[in-house]
Amino acid sequence: MDTLSAPLTIAFDYTRSLGPVLGRFMAGLRDRRVLGGRTADGRVHVPPLEYDPGTHEPVTELVEVSPAGTVISWTWIDRPLEGQPLDRPFGWALIRLDGADTPLLHAVDAGAAGAMSTGMRVRIRWAPTPSGHIRDIECFEPGTGEPAGATTEPEPVTIMTTPIRLHYRHSTSVEESGYLRGLAEGRIVGRRCPDCRKVYVPPRVCPACGVATDEAVEVADRGTVTTFCVVNVPFAGQRLTPPYVVAQVLLDGADIPIPHLILGVPAADVRMGLRVAAVWRDRADWSTTPENIDHFEPAGEPDAPYETFAEHL
Amino acid sequence: MRRAAVLGTGQTHHRTRRTDVSMAGLCREAIDRALADAGVGWEQIDAVVLGKAPDLFEGVMMPELFLASALGAAGKPLLRVHTAGSVGGATAIVATSLVRAGAHRRVLAVAFEKQSESNAMWALSIQPPFSAPITAGAGGYFAPHIRSYIRRFGVPGHIGALVAVKDRRNGALNPYAHLRQPEITRESVQASTMLWDPIRYDETCPSSDGACAVVIGDQQAAEASERQVAWIRATSMRTEPTFYAGKDHVNPRAGATAAAALWAAAGIKDPLDEVDVAELYVPFSWFEPMWLENVGFVGQGQGWKLVESGETALGGALPVNPSGGVLCSNPIGASGLLRFAEAAMQVMGRAGEHQVAGASTALGHAYGGGSQFFSMWVVGRNP
Repeated sequence: MDTLSAPLTIAFDYTRSLGPVLGRFMAGLRDRRVLGGRTADGRVHVPPLEYDPGTHEPVTELVEVSPAGTVISWTWIDRPLEGQPLDRPFGWALIRLDGADTPLLHAVDAGAAGAMSTGMRVRIRWAPTPSGHIRDIECFEPGTGEPAGATTEPEPVTIMTTPIRLHYRHSTSVEESGYLRGLAEGRIVGRRCPDCRKVYVPPRVCPACGVATDEAVEVADRGTVTTFCVVNVPFAGQRLTPPYVVAQVLLDGADIPIPHLILGVPAADVRMGLRVAAVWRDRADWSTTPENIDHFEPAGEPDAPYETFAEHL
Repeated sequence: MRRAAVLGTGQTHHRTRRTDVSMAGLCREAIDRALADAGVGWEQIDAVVLGKAPDLFEGVMMPELFLASALGAAGKPLLRVHTAGSVGGATAIVATSLVRAGAHRRVLAVAFEKQSESNAMWALSIQPPFSAPITAGAGGYFAPHIRSYIRRFGVPGHIGALVAVKDRRNGALNPYAHLRQPEITRESVQASTMLWDPIRYDETCPSSDGACAVVIGDQQAAEASERQVAWIRATSMRTEPTFYAGKDHVNPRAGATAAAALWAAAGIKDPLDEVDVAELYVPFSWFEPMWLENVGFVGQGQGWKLVESGETALGGALPVNPSGGVLCSNPIGASGLLRFAEAAMQVMGRAGEHQVAGASTALGHAYGGGSQFFSMWVVGRNP
């Protein structure tokens, strides 16, 4: 059976508290100057290290190096990826800036691989409006250059924002795909562990026994609220406006509860043992997703006695 | 088994945002204090163990790589540990194991979190395709289990507030604590906003930037120390699935079996009588009574009574979280190591204003994930 899969993108604008050393380095970039850090052995590291790996002391001496340097090794990128410095073919190069003892990895906008060579001279192409960010170095290009020269040292940059986007393809297991296809038909199908005989919804490898669950078991679209919380707090990524109730619902026929929303009843009236029934979305909107069940609401049955769900807490 | 001891501890001033330091600077603030406290120089450190919670919190994959030089690991073994919120405890235990195995004389354990670089609530709420859009946040995960605890034993509703008042007032005695609230009262806690019913705002941990470090040495290193060390009498770790049919979220099996193994290894028969002070991982105040039962200080359903009696406050029979605990400072990756370090500080007699008089045996405890990982140690003034 084909398994279901779908794209997943995770993105966040992370910040970086830079601290005293990298804060000065970024401030230099804003003035189109490159600062290296000198370690106790006399070597100049670009970008600077925050702590000397030999003496373990904080690095405090920053010295200006040239915006031009020499390619000491390189490779060619035919198909740039999202987030890389250039959106056209470029060279990834280790570049030792004049005055530095360590190489910096960056992109060289050379046009074609034939224009790249070890030992070639390159210089920084600055962003049009430097802002005190590592991206102030847009890339490198063939050429030469000279240090801008000392000015009064600017205030260190405190924080830099680094947006990160990660793209995945999320694939389900055979068991989960079967479960999702059941949902598309309005059925909830779990699987029973051959060892402990527990029915898992959604189906998965039995976490207690470590074996595949094999026997398909259709369970009811109604069950018992074992426990719950009332969400009163707004937070990032939230889809509903508080307050709302998220409950553990033990479906009739299942041995493990699923979390779901309890609506159609004031939050203050939700209680442990409340009998609830699934409210499905319009059949025309069903697909292979648990979102076919919009929420649960009171089933209008007497509450389940505590003893019937106590072992599921 | 070979002996091991904590030679020194260090921690940062924990704050919502430590924008004055980078991740490296944050770690070094704790490390430099730990080395000074231990009276140990960098040349005496043989290996480094780094603990941190999910990489998604800072958006740095494998931070141990870029932090290696700042952690003083150049030319030495460097290990990364990750067991969610319990990672700080697991980090100390891995470092202890390296010493007890005879692999190294002195190991530096460090753990950190810089929560301000992103948003932990966001990072913990990533919704994969094909899952239901049921998001409740971190407190929303644990609130139903607290409700179950209250229901199972008929616990009075004010117990959570009692713990919050105790821990926040303890935190006011701790110069490193993020939240220091000497004026807090039971009434003010109960008047605070209900976030995830039954959890109120003042019953939750803050979101903190911070780090903690400990230096662990072998018997020779401990005996060479000019200061009191904390002898590591026993360590224990256990794991269980986050979810399985019949999982007891109120009294997780992994926590109970880890504790039983810990007490046996330490030769402790009556923990409540023999342990002088405990640092328990309590991110929501209600977890104090739950963990008192889970680790076996008292029987099932008795934890809240110990809290209500006041015996877990400073001056009581078993002070719990004299540092203020996770309720006062929560740099997640470091929170477990802080519990372990605070236990060591107590038996070393170096806990300052929140010192428990005469403490000679202490428990450090951490848990992580959905009550999935548990790590603990017992430290003592004597081996």
